[in-house]
Amino acid sequence: MNTICIMCPMGCPLTIEESDGNIVVTGNTCKRGEAYGKDEYSHPKRAVTSLVKMKDGGVASVKTSQSVPKERIFDVVRFIGSVTADSGVRIGDVIARDVLGLGVDIIVTGRK
Amino acid sequence: MRNMDFDVAVIGGGPAGMAAALAARKQGATVVILERDSRLGGILNQCIHQGFGLHYFGEEMTGPEYADRFRKMVEKEDIAVMLESMALALGEDKTVTALSPSLGLCKIKARSVVLAMGCRERTAGAIALAGSRPAGIYTAGMAQKICNIDGYLVGKDVVILGSGDIGLIMARRMTTEGANVKLVLELAPYSSGLKRNIVQCLDDYGIPLKYSHTVTRVEGYPRLTGLYYAPVGEDKKPILSEERFISCDTLLLSVGLIPENDLLNGLGVNISPVTQGAVVDENRMTSMEGVFSCGNVLHVHDLVDNVSQEAEIAGAAAARYALDGGVCKGDFVNVVARDGVRYALPQRISRGEGKLRLFFRVGDVYKNCRLIVQSGENTLVSKKFMVLAPGEMGSADIDISLVDGDVVVRLEK
Repeated sequence: MNTICIMCPMGCPLTIEESDGNIVVTGNTCKRGEAYGKDEYSHPKRAVTSLVKMKDGGVASVKTSQSVPKERIFDVVRFIGSVTADSGVRIGDVIARDVLGLGVDIIVTGRK
Repeated sequence: MRNMDFDVAVIGGGPAGMAAALAARKQGATVVILERDSRLGGILNQCIHQGFGLHYFGEEMTGPEYADRFRKMVEKEDIAVMLESMALALGEDKTVTALSPSLGLCKIKARSVVLAMGCRERTAGAIALAGSRPAGIYTAGMAQKICNIDGYLVGKDVVILGSGDIGLIMARRMTTEGANVKLVLELAPYSSGLKRNIVQCLDDYGIPLKYSHTVTRVEGYPRLTGLYYAPVGEDKKPILSEERFISCDTLLLSVGLIPENDLLNGLGVNISPVTQGAVVDENRMTSMEGVFSCGNVLHVHDLVDNVSQEAEIAGAAAARYALDGGVCKGDFVNVVARDGVRYALPQRISRGEGKLRLFFRVGDVYKNCRLIVQSGENTLVSKKFMVLAPGEMGSADIDISLVDGDVVVRLEK
């Protein structure tokens, strides 16, 4: 398969092929690109960012601590939407652990 | 009226302003940052997606996290920060007039000024969008602010005009929050955004992107109910016989950014007709002595990491100018963009020693081409590129000692 690496703004064109049971990535210019290519071939993952409500009515921006399987993005966003965070949360706070059994946490990235 | 005195006044507290202020302070100058919002960080605060900091900090972070990192560094230093403070005017003597609800009208006497006001979005008016003016038409950045800062989704059935990065990011953002993004239209035959954003924001969600297409008119009142779109010919004019209708309640515009240089009106500062920012030398000093420019008010960047680095050059030079009274070595040569290169920056450099990084943007998509930087008889750079696209800024390092007359930056097939 052919795709574009999304690990950094360079956007290297990747070719990913399977030969003798090994996944071979070409076109990448760094190790992150190789790892991305292998994941993308076998099991694509994405980092998710969204917002949580706070008790005072405001919102705080959040991210997943690691990438989650691509087909679970909407489940994760729905989960984040069901959380109400304390009004005193700060950047870096973990507001939920091991979300949906995916092994990732939800971390606050910003607030007004 | 309150009078203040600083070596360096930085106008704007986004990524450019914060990095410039830190660099100026490091040189020993007294520094003030004027920020019109109620907190530092600028547009980064609303960019809650990942993709920032990989070059500058060596780790990937979200916009608010990148802003927070710099905000904390500013707070640690002896830098005066004036929030909710709008710079109203810049005088020929480099006095900045500012208005703040807590301090009232202020006159800030500065020995040098760093412009870091960022850019603003082109609007429906700027592209002469035909039809009435119903609710539901937003610039992509405004929709992003309403969504990510205030917590409201601006619509349910969305069409996006323009494939700039903010438009692509908002296509994904609105999709994951439950909106139906039906279509992205791009006037040019290529995207003006980063390739990776096409992949992770459109392809991931199956959102169609039509190149060489534009909106011909919008319909509905008081709320948008739909719009007509059509392919465009080589002259960029819509082919109306192929016009089609699509229903939607929201249209996002991601059709370009313009440096916000209103403060320079009437000062006679040289403005580049291409970048719409000031013409600067290698210190990012404008044609007005002691006035420096950096970040998106100088030229629109793709990456905040580049903004931070550029602002450090401007901030450090502004401090040296304020403390020593001069940074320009004189003996300038011009940097000229030609043959496919839309602009190169800085636009003038002084002869001397050392290395210098030139930044450039091309005017079209070029495959398997060579970037040539030449000065007199000397070839300073000859670098092969697999692809160069207007949406991605390039750079090339030159050896200044080889500069022999005007520097020409051009493409060769």
